[in-house]
Amino acid sequence: MKQRDPELLLQHAPFLRQGMTTPTAMGDVLIALTPATLAGLWYFGISAVLVIGASIAGAVLTEISFSGTERRGESLLDGSGLLTGLLLGLTLPPGLPMWMAFLGGVIALGLGKVIWGGLGNNLFNPALVGRAFLLATFPIAMTTWTTPDEAFWTFRATNFDIPFTYTEIDGLTAATPLGLMKFDQQATPLSNLFMGSTSGSLGETSGLLLILGGIYLYFRRDLDWRIPVSILLTVLVFSAILGLFDSERFPAPLFSVFSGGLLLGAIYMATDPVTSPTTPVGTWIFGIGIGLLIVLIRVFGGMPEGVMYAILLMNAATPLIDRFTQPRVFGHLRGDND
Amino acid sequence: MTEVITTDRPEADQDPSPARLIVTLALAGLISGVAIVGIFEATFSTIAENKARELREAVFKVLPSVTQMQELAYLNDQLMPLPQGESAEKTIYAGYTEEAKFVGYAIPGEGPGFQDTIKLLYGYMPADRKVVGMEVLESRETPGLGDKIYKDAVFVGNFSDLPIDPVIEVVKKGRRDSDNQVDAITGATISSRAVVRIINETNEIWLDNLPAAGSEPEMPAKSDEVAHD
Amino acid sequence: MTESENRDYNEFIKGIWRDNPVFVQVLGMCPMLAVTNSAINAIAMGGATLFVLVGSSFLVAAFKKLIPKQVRISCFIIIIATFVTVADYTLLALVPGVHKELGAFIPLIVANCMILGRQEAFASKNTVRLSVMDALGMSTGFVIALFTLGAVREILGAGSLFGISLFGAAWEPWVIMILPPGGFLTLGLILLVFNWMTHRKQMFMEKVAEAQRSGS
Repeated sequence: MKQRDPELLLQHAPFLRQGMTTPTAMGDVLIALTPATLAGLWYFGISAVLVIGASIAGAVLTEISFSGTERRGESLLDGSGLLTGLLLGLTLPPGLPMWMAFLGGVIALGLGKVIWGGLGNNLFNPALVGRAFLLATFPIAMTTWTTPDEAFWTFRATNFDIPFTYTEIDGLTAATPLGLMKFDQQATPLSNLFMGSTSGSLGETSGLLLILGGIYLYFRRDLDWRIPVSILLTVLVFSAILGLFDSERFPAPLFSVFSGGLLLGAIYMATDPVTSPTTPVGTWIFGIGIGLLIVLIRVFGGMPEGVMYAILLMNAATPLIDRFTQPRVFGHLRGDND
Repeated sequence: MTEVITTDRPEADQDPSPARLIVTLALAGLISGVAIVGIFEATFSTIAENKARELREAVFKVLPSVTQMQELAYLNDQLMPLPQGESAEKTIYAGYTEEAKFVGYAIPGEGPGFQDTIKLLYGYMPADRKVVGMEVLESRETPGLGDKIYKDAVFVGNFSDLPIDPVIEVVKKGRRDSDNQVDAITGATISSRAVVRIINETNEIWLDNLPAAGSEPEMPAKSDEVAHD
Repeated sequence: MTESENRDYNEFIKGIWRDNPVFVQVLGMCPMLAVTNSAINAIAMGGATLFVLVGSSFLVAAFKKLIPKQVRISCFIIIIATFVTVADYTLLALVPGVHKELGAFIPLIVANCMILGRQEAFASKNTVRLSVMDALGMSTGFVIALFTLGAVREILGAGSLFGISLFGAAWEPWVIMILPPGGFLTLGLILLVFNWMTHRKQMFMEKVAEAQRSGS
């Protein structure tokens, strides 16, 4: 996926035909995300439909309008725009106005993918580009978390804000588990984090369902297991080491893993084949880097959450990691390039 | 046949002597220096006036019913008016009413905010041990969030009647249950805390050293209004 | 129009579009990105740059015969720095509020490569009259670019232009636009549009040329 399609492919026999194509891989990820998406619906009701729908609409419409006529059908069919929109939607707070979610989808596809030359050429994960833009642009709307325990058909007024306006919510907001931890030193029970009955982004609240989706992807061979495993292990170990110094101040290792967008990011975003390293050693470096950055940002930074920036920063380092971890060509000496 | 290569070059192409180079640069530098001194002299009084006016306005804003002020500093271990033209490392300002009656101090403080150093000035009335006003002089907090520390009238209003004992505390919006507490700005907890921390830390530096009530330095005669910065 | 007037006009107009210092030469990026978070800051910075560039070009062109080429760069810098200092103090005295916003970027006009570039490439080789026209054109192009960026960023980032609210209180500002990333994003998008238009024009001209060739 990293390389441009060659004009003429010359290879030795034997040839293996692989069933995996871009559309099937994207389809698998969509299937794997279904349980977590449904959980978002369950906890946040109709708001989840509105926000995720708007972000998917933004992403897909942008993809269509920037594709040349001859490629239009193809880029739609591979489902990558749909997936970007869905992933972005899952990282958004339930009370976000639909127009902001739509704008996020447009930016994710436009600045995250199309401008780089389309699928396979982008340096950063498009969904996270969209989220980073939204977070920097509308910091209040993006950090106002409505509570999950309302009836399904509760229409959150802010979802329907007229484009380019926003009404600040007074009541019915709740800090995320990470926010509670950072600003009030108050831990959330692990069982709540596991099942998802906490406030937070639409798709990040239930650890259990995210892991189930990850296991499905692993068995479908759509996912490089080294990335999520190295991220999770690094976060566990690093948090445990910090805990040795001051267990009051620093969050517990398991809390760190199950809170915030860590599982969503580690399983579905960091593993994006376009923006992660290709070599096995490289993927370990990549995952460990993300894990370290997440803990550093969460514990010592100004913000409660750091998964997004950690992944984006390591995305930027990916070409470099790939370069330094190229395996030695058989018969060549180390440092011998050609 | 050998061709004679001429070494004559047109006059203009000849390398100028080092002396010429030095003289040119020196002349340029001299003219530039004169020009800079000229513009400095021409604008100095306006710039100084602007600064002094800005400071006066800030002091009058943080201390109620104050119309005169003077700059104070510790000279020989005593808080006294800073003589005209002199400067001291740490200074505060005393505010007086029209009748030259002492009202309170305007104390400048600074410390790290979310992005960069926040510089602020707050009014303090020693009689009540209360902060009576706060004005952010310089900050680079996030527009739309952190900049509410000076744009949000509700937050600034927190400091208009705030007892400082034992220390000023920051609490979440709506959880205020004691006079010495300040409502944090939603979404800008760090900036809100920075402001309160700066005030608490500056209080520690100054409060124990202020003269006893009643023995504050007096405002000199009205005609001699202090305008230096 | 006489020939010399025509030449004046050409030197002036090239800085605005064909050789625009920002959109085509991509010079002066530091003030371009740093101070364009509002239209008024952009105009103030543009005005200061215009003053420095025109003044320096005038002096350099007038004294070009007296300046030995070995020390020309130092002399240019001395001249530019003098004008920058004058601009710095004048702004500080007249509009302290704007000066506070622009901060360190006024002294940094010295390092704006567009200004030194014009001295080296144009003023030191041309007459006073042409040099001033060139400087005026270039700095007008610079002001236009700064203002475009500043206006876009202020409208989106604060919902206002020159501090006047355009959309009322309900407008939700795009905070990113008045932060540094907004400068990069906007400049990148403007460059994209500019290059796209240039490209389109080129394609069109080629087509016309081809049609003429095949027609004749």
